Amino acid sequence: MSFASKSPWVIHYDASSCNGCDIEVLATLCPGFDAERFGVINTGNPKHADIFLVTGSVNERNIKVIQEIYDQMLEPKVVVACGICACSGGIFHDCYNVLGGVDKAIPVDVYAPGCAIRPETIIDAVVEAVGVLEEKARAMKEKEQGE
Amino acid sequence: MNLLFTLIGIVAFAVLAPCVGCLLAGLDRVISARMQGRVGPPLLQPYYDVRKLLQKEAASVNKVEDTYITCALVLSIVAGGIFFSGGNLLFSIFIITLSGLFFIVAAYSSRSPYAEVGAHRETLQVMAYEPMMLFMAVAFYLASGTFNSAGALFFAVPAVTVLWPVFLGFMFVLTIKLRKSPFDLSYSHHAHQDLVKGITTEMSGPTLAKVEIMHWCENVLFLGWTGLFFIWANPASIVLAIVVVLAVYFLEIWIDNNFARVKWQFLLRSAWIVALVCGLVNIGFLMYL
Amino acid sequence: MATLGFLILFPLCVGIVLFAVRGEQARKAIVIGSSVIIAACSLWLIATNLGSSWTGFRFSSTVVDYCCTAIGVLIAGIILYYGVRYKNVLACVLAVIQVVGSLIFEFVFAHGVDVVFGLYFDSLSLIMTFIIGVVGTGICVYALGYMEDFQAHEPEDAPDRRPFFFGVMFIFLSAMYLIVFSNNMVWMFTGWEVTTLSSFLLIGYTRTEEAIANAFRQIIMNLLGGIGFLVALFSVVVLFNTLSLQEFIRLGGAYPMLAALPLAALAFAGITKAAQMPFHTWLLGAMVAPTPTSALLHSSTMVKAAVFLLLKLAPLMLVSPVPAAMTVLVGGVTFMMCSFMAISQSNAKRVLAYSTIANLGLIVACAGVGTPEAVWAGAFLMVFHAVAKSLLFLCVGTAEHHIGSRDIEDMDLLFERMPRLARFMMLGIMVMFVAPFGMLVAKWATLISFADMGQLALILLLGFGSAATFMFWAKWLGKLAGVAQRVENVEGSVHRSEWSAILVMAALSVLACINLPLLSRWLVEPYVVGIYGIAGQSIPMVDLLIAAALTTVIVIVLFAGLGKSRRRQVSVYLAGASADNENRIFRNSMSGETEATAHNWYLTDVFGEKSMAPIGSVCCIIVMILGVVVSAAFTTKGFGLLSAVLSLFGL
Repeated sequence: MSFASKSPWVIHYDASSCNGCDIEVLATLCPGFDAERFGVINTGNPKHADIFLVTGSVNERNIKVIQEIYDQMLEPKVVVACGICACSGGIFHDCYNVLGGVDKAIPVDVYAPGCAIRPETIIDAVVEAVGVLEEKARAMKEKEQGE
Repeated sequence: MNLLFTLIGIVAFAVLAPCVGCLLAGLDRVISARMQGRVGPPLLQPYYDVRKLLQKEAASVNKVEDTYITCALVLSIVAGGIFFSGGNLLFSIFIITLSGLFFIVAAYSSRSPYAEVGAHRETLQVMAYEPMMLFMAVAFYLASGTFNSAGALFFAVPAVTVLWPVFLGFMFVLTIKLRKSPFDLSYSHHAHQDLVKGITTEMSGPTLAKVEIMHWCENVLFLGWTGLFFIWANPASIVLAIVVVLAVYFLEIWIDNNFARVKWQFLLRSAWIVALVCGLVNIGFLMYL
Repeated sequence: MATLGFLILFPLCVGIVLFAVRGEQARKAIVIGSSVIIAACSLWLIATNLGSSWTGFRFSSTVVDYCCTAIGVLIAGIILYYGVRYKNVLACVLAVIQVVGSLIFEFVFAHGVDVVFGLYFDSLSLIMTFIIGVVGTGICVYALGYMEDFQAHEPEDAPDRRPFFFGVMFIFLSAMYLIVFSNNMVWMFTGWEVTTLSSFLLIGYTRTEEAIANAFRQIIMNLLGGIGFLVALFSVVVLFNTLSLQEFIRLGGAYPMLAALPLAALAFAGITKAAQMPFHTWLLGAMVAPTPTSALLHSSTMVKAAVFLLLKLAPLMLVSPVPAAMTVLVGGVTFMMCSFMAISQSNAKRVLAYSTIANLGLIVACAGVGTPEAVWAGAFLMVFHAVAKSLLFLCVGTAEHHIGSRDIEDMDLLFERMPRLARFMMLGIMVMFVAPFGMLVAKWATLISFADMGQLALILLLGFGSAATFMFWAKWLGKLAGVAQRVENVEGSVHRSEWSAILVMAALSVLACINLPLLSRWLVEPYVVGIYGIAGQSIPMVDLLIAAALTTVIVIVLFAGLGKSRRRQVSVYLAGASADNENRIFRNSMSGETEATAHNWYLTDVFGEKSMAPIGSVCCIIVMILGVVVSAAFTTKGFGLLSAVLSLFGL
């Protein structure tokens, strides 16, 4: 078993959104839901994080930022698109400057819909992401052993 | 013989301190969570974190950072080994300072703006607590006639009875050394802070794991210094010391959860004033009365 | 004795020859050749006399006495010449006072007082021999390459005054040998004055307005100290009817009341020469000179002569509380205040200067405490300071010529631009302030001796001063350690002579740290035991062994372990959209590009020179005035008592 699933550290980035999902992400870390029970820590530093939570849609200005954060995270890493805007662009999808969901910028592993996304959904998504993380960690280990 | 004893101490510390430190760190997180009305993570969460970090990809911003951190870790173990094998208290203070220096240099070497500000603040913190550490060692020496921590085993009464002003001063700087709020300027184990992750911003994966283990060892050593004040010739005093240490640790967690971070000016002034008053009173008392 | 004579006279002759040699190649050959000879001779003297106690040589000569008088007059003449030329009245007045004083002394008081053992050496002199003979000559060799670059940086039509420069450097060494080997205090005083004059000439070398002003500040302060020395000579000869240093220390120990005034006067002379507050400004001003001058003044000559004298007087300090208190307080206050002020400096040479003054303060305080432990600590502080500080000065000098600045902020990325030099500099810095390196071990012994003697004030000063020391060295070290990719290496054009000198200093620093127990056993302890009869080492051997082991490991890591990692390299985190991570450039809110920069903290509001210097100076001035006045009172009282006792016996 890998330890990746026991200590999923997250980083949260709010792209172009109405800030609804953004607030819900922070609410999830509050005592009511207590995400730390599962070892979740909000790091605020891509170099320490395993799971990248993105809220809001991607536009011309923030695509670089999202890519930069993603690039600076170390393997294994998982991306969760939180909220419908992050999944597909949501109600902003046909704005002149919006490119669409997060998958227009970086590969997304878990899509978590909702407007705004609920804390329960976020926790579900993180648990899902932990599974993906586990898989990636195992793949990485095998690759290392293969070498 | 003595050297051999120290070497055994270093090896024993290298094995035991990470275990104890890890449990203490887990305890810290559980108690903090309870204080905030949460359930909190499992007790072994810090262990899981470090194991995960060790499994992450090894990458760093330059070729030297990890070497510095390894040095810092090794030196913190040496410092702990010297102290717990009954060796020189002052020497262990000096070696742990060297360990801190390597930690600072590692952050500087990254040339990351956040890490560099963290390094500046860490340097300032060292400057803030260093006088009190020296005064503590000198007061211990004056009270016992030796710098060796083993000297405490021959006391008729615990050192705290004559060293209580220095003990109070030490308690004050202990908050800085344990990186507890309100004095966690350079790096905090809490989530958000003003400097991304301060001095550790650029340290990732296995390097960060080493930093965590180093903190565990350091914490054990600092708490060992705390316990030293309560040891005397009676073997049962070790139990008392452990109880006191745990109480002190609980107090630090309580402080951590109840105070907001201060500015560096306050940190420096308050730490130096405390050191001056406690050091002056206690050392003066021991020298002249 | 022939070796001692050779060591005093040979550099003098070389210096005089160098005044006349104008050819570059010839100068190079002479400097390197004679440096090797001096160093070898010094080492031979040390090696053949390891562990020896005080060894005197029957040598007294009225010819030498008259020579010394002639040199004194000559020095006064040179000072008067410059004083008149640059219209400095104070320097002229002081020079006249001094020469008149010394003439009166020589022909009225000292006449007929014979010193049987004119020359001597003991283990402390041997330590100084090592510092002068190896570190000092190393700096002279370094100066060859440095002065070539220096001359190249000068305007085309600037006169080449290098013969003068090298000549004075060697005369400086000769004077230092004279100080450490003379038991005759008049001869010592002559050496003392020659060092004052030599540093005056070297500081004013560039002849810019600033250099001349600083040179005069130096000479005025040191002439004051010289007058203090003269007062000491007068009182020693009147009170004890001797001019032998050893006799004075012996008799002074027996009659501490009487010895108070000469001791205080000598301490004052030492304090001025060791650039203690309020006289610290002369050493700061000396920074205008070419870097080898600073290295020489700070590490192996001039200031070391002062602490050498004070350490010699340590046994007297132990028995006469007033001069001791004065010395201790001036040293302690200087240590703390100058460490504070070093935090606020970004000019590397000024940081080094403040650190020198601070460390000298510590040695002065050790001498004032006067116990065997304190002398042990003081001797080691002297050794480590000499090797590490010369290493640092040489590195800063070389860096300055290659990156065009001596500002610490500009040393950013030096680790990449001058990889070897940066590592040497880092080594020098670490030797200066952290365990397990030597300087800190010596500081540790200092702390113990202060604690043992109940020096509460000194412990407090040492505690806060050491904390400040950590701050200013650590931030410099950090600046050097910065690593980034793709930076041009500018190290190729460093002269071979510079490298060899730097390498020697680095090797000496490391060897001295690792072999501290041996140095203690064979050089420092023989002196301490010879004086006090008991050993001075207060640090347990086991800790010294661990320190030596750790030193070895750290040096290996620094020079062989760093930069070997094969990890994937990633860029630094700039929070947001970055434009060029390698150069720390990010996209700002106006879609433009901004470079992220970080400067060190200088905390000028808290530790600025403006607020700190007056406090320290005023404290030290008050302490010194009180110290000298009370000592004088003691001596007159003691003298009165003695005459009463003598008259009782009808003598």
